[in-house]
Amino acid sequence: MSNNKLRKVDVIFSPYSVAPYEILKNTMRRPKDEVVQELIDSGLRGRGGAGFPTGLKWKFAKQQQSDQKYVICNADEGEPGTFKDRKLLVEVPRKVISGMAICAWVIGATKGYIYLRREYRYLIQDIEKELDLYHKHAAEIGLDFKIEIFLGAGAYVCGEETALIESMEGKRGEPRNKPPYPIQSGYLGKPTVVNNVETFASATMVCRIGANEYKKFGTDDQHGSKLFSISGDSPKEGVHELELGMSLEDFANEFGDGDTKAVQVGGVAGFCIPRKKFKTTIIGEGNTTGGSTMIFNSTRSMYNVLHNYLDFFSEESCGQCTPCRIGTQQLLKGIEAVKSGKKPPEYLDQLVKLSETMRLTSKCGLGQSVTNSFSSIVKNFREEMIY
Amino acid sequence: MAELVKLNIDGIDVQIEKGQSILDAAKKVNIRIPTLCHHEDLCVAGNCRVCVVEQEGRNTLTPSCATPAEEGMVIKTSTPKVRRARKDLMALLVSEHNTQCTTCYRSTNCELQDLAAEYNVDNNIYLSVLKEDLEIDKSSWSIEKDDSKCIRCQRCVRTCAELQHVNALAVTERGRDMKISTFMHLPMNEIVCTNCGQCITHCPTGALTERRYYDEIWEAIDDPEKHVVINTAPSVRVALGEMLGFPVGTRVTGKMVTALKKMGFDSVLDTDFSADLTIIEEANELLQRLKDALVHKKDVALPMITSCSPGWVKFIEHMYPEHLAHLSSCKSPQQMFGALTKTYYAEKKGIDPSKIISVAGMPCAAKKYEANRPEMRDSGYHDVDAGLTTREIGHMIKQSGINFLELEDSNFDSIMGESSGAGVIFGATGGVMEAALRTAYFVITGRPVPFDNLNITPVRGLKGIKETSVKFENCLPEYSFLEGVEAKFAIAHGLINARQIMDQIVAGESPYHFIEIMACPGGCIGGGGQPIPTNDEIRKKRIKAIYDEDMNKPIRMSHENPEIIKIYEDFLQKPLGEKSHHLLHTKYRKRKRY
Repeated sequence: MSNNKLRKVDVIFSPYSVAPYEILKNTMRRPKDEVVQELIDSGLRGRGGAGFPTGLKWKFAKQQQSDQKYVICNADEGEPGTFKDRKLLVEVPRKVISGMAICAWVIGATKGYIYLRREYRYLIQDIEKELDLYHKHAAEIGLDFKIEIFLGAGAYVCGEETALIESMEGKRGEPRNKPPYPIQSGYLGKPTVVNNVETFASATMVCRIGANEYKKFGTDDQHGSKLFSISGDSPKEGVHELELGMSLEDFANEFGDGDTKAVQVGGVAGFCIPRKKFKTTIIGEGNTTGGSTMIFNSTRSMYNVLHNYLDFFSEESCGQCTPCRIGTQQLLKGIEAVKSGKKPPEYLDQLVKLSETMRLTSKCGLGQSVTNSFSSIVKNFREEMIY
Repeated sequence: MAELVKLNIDGIDVQIEKGQSILDAAKKVNIRIPTLCHHEDLCVAGNCRVCVVEQEGRNTLTPSCATPAEEGMVIKTSTPKVRRARKDLMALLVSEHNTQCTTCYRSTNCELQDLAAEYNVDNNIYLSVLKEDLEIDKSSWSIEKDDSKCIRCQRCVRTCAELQHVNALAVTERGRDMKISTFMHLPMNEIVCTNCGQCITHCPTGALTERRYYDEIWEAIDDPEKHVVINTAPSVRVALGEMLGFPVGTRVTGKMVTALKKMGFDSVLDTDFSADLTIIEEANELLQRLKDALVHKKDVALPMITSCSPGWVKFIEHMYPEHLAHLSSCKSPQQMFGALTKTYYAEKKGIDPSKIISVAGMPCAAKKYEANRPEMRDSGYHDVDAGLTTREIGHMIKQSGINFLELEDSNFDSIMGESSGAGVIFGATGGVMEAALRTAYFVITGRPVPFDNLNITPVRGLKGIKETSVKFENCLPEYSFLEGVEAKFAIAHGLINARQIMDQIVAGESPYHFIEIMACPGGCIGGGGQPIPTNDEIRKKRIKAIYDEDMNKPIRMSHENPEIIKIYEDFLQKPLGEKSHHLLHTKYRKRKRY
């Protein structure tokens, strides 16, 4: 374990310092394989939550033989407690679009989509204005890659890349069986790279400053900087860019209100860490990298917090697979039954086992990750669940 | 040669074609993995998750039905981790299920029940999450939908989309409220549903069943005032045995007749008789249309399409209402039989038709709907009082305490109990075409159709759309207009294939003269009223039994059936005559797409 002192940085939101699409143009002068290798070397991982190495994803997509490929920017930002992608699209949309264009150039895609959360539709005009500028520059440099905006319909599960693709195809937003992965068979059955808004923006910055500079941020394990959406009992709510690899202790000291009891790292799909484990927890290590951090102080009932999560999950599960559809309902009903005394406290252990079954057998990340918040809350705040 | 991959399952090396699933590979080496959402007829869903296995190198379990086998995979299908997960999944499904198995029609023939028993699921582990206010939709004449028994495997949804291209059933809502429903949640009788019942035969549980009528039939049998007549369709006799202890593909015609007589039916007759009659009427209708087109240069609708399958008829009424003229005006054998039961049969037997209860034993769910079509009252009464599925007949035989396995054979009663082999093969896809050609060719040329043993093999088998052509030479003088004509024929089964045929017609590109269409894959032997399960392996065995039955018949062409000859002499006078027109032909109606 290596850790940094908490350090605020300013990479992603740094103001545009070069002419529009200069980074794209410069990047396109280099060999594609070199650019992919730069991304791999930078250690950049997907910023949506799953943390798949971005360079590798692009490399695999590049290797696919196909008459058509797609690049999709996942701006369905639905994880409770995250709002960083919105800020990116408002403040530095050019970095996001440049990232998409570099990706398209690398893998050979001619068509791209920004899958925009419907609640963000007020951003459309501004994004389209930027897209017009982009299309003009793309035409100048002969890059055949057009980008359109696609509006989501509000389902949490559509942030899962294959459910997102299904919904774009006009179908129910339900995750697909994998394999095949989107890079093999994605939108309309064609190789497709789906990356988070922040991932594209970060990729642009890697291209600008180079892997070596980028790697100076972070630790040996986690490279670069990351946006954190901070909410809850914090006097400093909002989006903050931090160097990766800091301990939760430092984080809570900086952003908590002095009475922090627990931090939910990675949204409801992530882990709930109690104060006693702050010192030994490094954000992003063994927990997810989506960047949602919710801070709870001692006035919060962790039972209510968990109840809220489970209510959310049992409503937002797409409902197709058994463990997620029924498991989420059982966990919700189960903690209610323990609280009301209808089931003995030991029933919580059964429920933790059930959440493990959900992790092992669910079709997508939604059902698989319920156990993260469930077992971390039930194990760390057991008394609050019972009394 | 397809690329092969080698993997290891439970210590056994397996070679299998690339693209096949882990489940397929396991089957190949006789390792059974439990499944629920998987069905051989349908695309992979991977949503029930009970087929999960352990795959080396992965920290979650792998759904074996949805994961392609890959080179070097190491799979374990029965580890403690796998067993625990499967048991947990079964417990979850049971917690969402109406577990009143003792009152369920599908009890003892239910995949959920079997697996729950196998994994010894203690229902008390989890709380019930079964919705409380669920009502059974009994609005349809054919299909009952009970959401309290639904496990959301989506087999019905995939069936309705992939096999039938009707999409009457769909997934709606999400999360805890996710369910299988209809357009705007309308009741089953108000939606675009063909009543084919394929959703029933593909349902693993009792969520979708046929509407049952056997209690009413028992009551009629017990009523001394009533004369209860049953006719059984060709496909029933090659599938009924499956429910009563015989292997798939066993012909139980004689035992079935004996059982029905023992149960108290006053007369046990053969739908094959009216199948033969359908052939006479339909072949003559086709010849009439060809003559009108070729000789009188009239604008008649060609190709002509068969109308025996009520699921198909409702499909074309909804989907292609502008093209109903292509349908033969002939009623289905069931409805011809019903109309004659309360006229010809009543007259010959001297029975008051108002006292006759006419029952049809069918491999079909749509036949129940067809019997209740308002126009099907040409006898002056309800032509067919009730349609029973093969499954219902099986249940009734069980209820009667009859030892079916040991039963002696008996023959159908008379009149309307005699049939030709041509009537029998109606049950298999291509059968109506073959039967019609056997008779039409003979009528046109005076010679039997030029195929070995009258077996027109190009029209047989499970290919979705089959084609053949026959050249008419040395025609009888009356049919000289067909001299040298090469007539083209097509056969489609499964409504998704029917749609292809119809789209060709709509585009004005159909090369055919006559087309047979059956709503269900495989034809009636794979009907929505047949024993469950049905898959291609089972369809093939039932089809073989049908053709065996045909080969064993002394008469193999409809027009040689002596009872057919007699009914025209005594009652109908001539094909397409006035009486035929009144009793044996019908009209269709335009229906909407929603």
